[in-house]
Amino acid sequence: MDRKASAKVRRKKTRDFFTSLRKNKMGMAGCVMLALFVFMAFFGPLLLPYNPMVFGNAEDVFAPPSPGHPLGKDDMGRDVLGALIAGSRISLAVGILATLLSMVVGTCIGIVAGYYGGRVDMLLMRFTDVFLVLPWLPLMLVLAAILGSSVWNIIMVIGLTSWAGTARVVRAQTLSIKEKQFVERARAIGAGSVHIMIRHILPNAFPLVFANTILVSAVAILSETTLSFLGMGDPLHPSWGMMLHFAFESGAASIGAFWFLFPPGLCVVAVVLAFTFLGYAFDEILNPKLKRR
Amino acid sequence: MNKAYVIKKLFQALVTVFLVLVLNYILFRVMPGDPLAMLMRNPKASPEAVAKTRALFGLDKPWYVQFGLYIKQLFRGDLGFSFLHRKPVSEVIASRLLPTILLAGLAEIIAITVGTLIGIVSAWKRGKKIDTISLSFSLITYSMPTFWLGILLVSFFSVSLRIFPTTGMMTPGAAFRDLFALVADVGMHLVLPVLTLALVLIGEYALVMRNSLLDVLTEDYVTTAKAKGFTEKYVIRKHAVPNALLPMVTIIAINLGLVIGGTIQVETIFSWPGLGRLMYDALINRDYPLLQGIFLLVSLAVIGANFCADILYGYLDPRVRG
Repeated sequence: MDRKASAKVRRKKTRDFFTSLRKNKMGMAGCVMLALFVFMAFFGPLLLPYNPMVFGNAEDVFAPPSPGHPLGKDDMGRDVLGALIAGSRISLAVGILATLLSMVVGTCIGIVAGYYGGRVDMLLMRFTDVFLVLPWLPLMLVLAAILGSSVWNIIMVIGLTSWAGTARVVRAQTLSIKEKQFVERARAIGAGSVHIMIRHILPNAFPLVFANTILVSAVAILSETTLSFLGMGDPLHPSWGMMLHFAFESGAASIGAFWFLFPPGLCVVAVVLAFTFLGYAFDEILNPKLKRR
Repeated sequence: MNKAYVIKKLFQALVTVFLVLVLNYILFRVMPGDPLAMLMRNPKASPEAVAKTRALFGLDKPWYVQFGLYIKQLFRGDLGFSFLHRKPVSEVIASRLLPTILLAGLAEIIAITVGTLIGIVSAWKRGKKIDTISLSFSLITYSMPTFWLGILLVSFFSVSLRIFPTTGMMTPGAAFRDLFALVADVGMHLVLPVLTLALVLIGEYALVMRNSLLDVLTEDYVTTAKAKGFTEKYVIRKHAVPNALLPMVTIIAINLGLVIGGTIQVETIFSWPGLGRLMYDALINRDYPLLQGIFLLVSLAVIGANFCADILYGYLDPRVRG
């Protein structure tokens, strides 16, 4: 009965949330931009009349934009637009999977630390602090260098280094939820710890986890781009960062091949900006203190 | 100041240092390039030679003895030997420290000053045009990969306008008439790297300062001061800003990790002969001892900066000491 009631409240809150999101200009802008890129990743390859991975002849190298190839060609004579579309799949997939991993790790550690408290809490939080303090890029680079360059390793590296902030937020939320009456009642009728954590604490901490997901997604995509640019990417699955790596290494800047240099970077900026907009919108909706200002 | 507070923070910092050492040890033990793995790749290596190498590097001893040896080495300042530079790692790192400090230091000074000012103005003129512009600027620089911003600046200022040099710290092979000519040359090479790093940081600092000041402006004492009849400008300058600066102290220290990340990217783009470029070269050439040394150094620097921020914060804000 109690849980049903709280589920009902949550459903209403979810509905209110989406109503507020629709009214939020920044939030809607973020949604639209993201939708465009998701569309590009899913359907882009179908709309392209040629295979983007085909290498060109000598005269194709750094060919400037032309009607058939609106974004020109790259250092190996491949179509830049095609590579951009293929890259969107890698960049988005890596970003989303890394974020998921980070969310799972962060939420688990946060809930367990907050729920059990005491020595468990202290140990887990010290561990979290290490990941919060360590310089982000060097840590990822070292991990990537040791694990080797593959798409899965990149996902692991990003996911396993970016959960600390989430863990902290979730822990704080857990501390307040576990003092609520319904948790005490559940415990009184004999519910186990795992049951309480999954059925009572997790659903109530979820809005916060969700808001955090958006922010971590932005960081994950930026991280992937930077790692790939610094040569830690998977050459078999070229992302936007990898394109930029090749553009830089082939001297596209000094040749003036801006059609190869600008589009991948612009895409990264647009996607990260979209996530940031959404993050801001969520913050405004979920955090009533901001409204006061 | 409360002694217990300092001791607690110091203890926490030392625990973090210890965990970093353990992490560093574990990471580089599983690395693919340990001396044994390299020898093993040689099919002609005799069992005796393998055993001898194991003994030489202490790999035949149990892991805790190895860890002890590693710590002992560190305390002697021995970070290992760089494959790439054929020199002790500590020597290689020391020779690259100054250019990085110059680059990152200048960028930080500019970013802190400009960022704080922008933050104050945008909080003061909240919702006005200038606030929107600075907010958009912060969001865009936040969303931009640092290296790409650097490439954009190079494309514009060096390739198209030919104002600033693209790479290095000074013109190669140039003979300088006097010290002034040398400083001028380094200065020209500094402009774009410093600008790139500073632009990224300005947005961040401006945002933090803006939010912090907006928080302070809702406090009761600000309302009281306004009610007493002080002008808004006076209240902001004398009452709000000094208190709003507190979170900046923490952010600047926490940001050191971010600055290091930015330095790696900027130095790679501009071939700046500092630690960041050194790390990139170590990565590309899989020079693990060098990589481990740099990682350890930057980790310790960041932990140190965080500890200092905690202490400074406790000193500035008596509420957190309790």
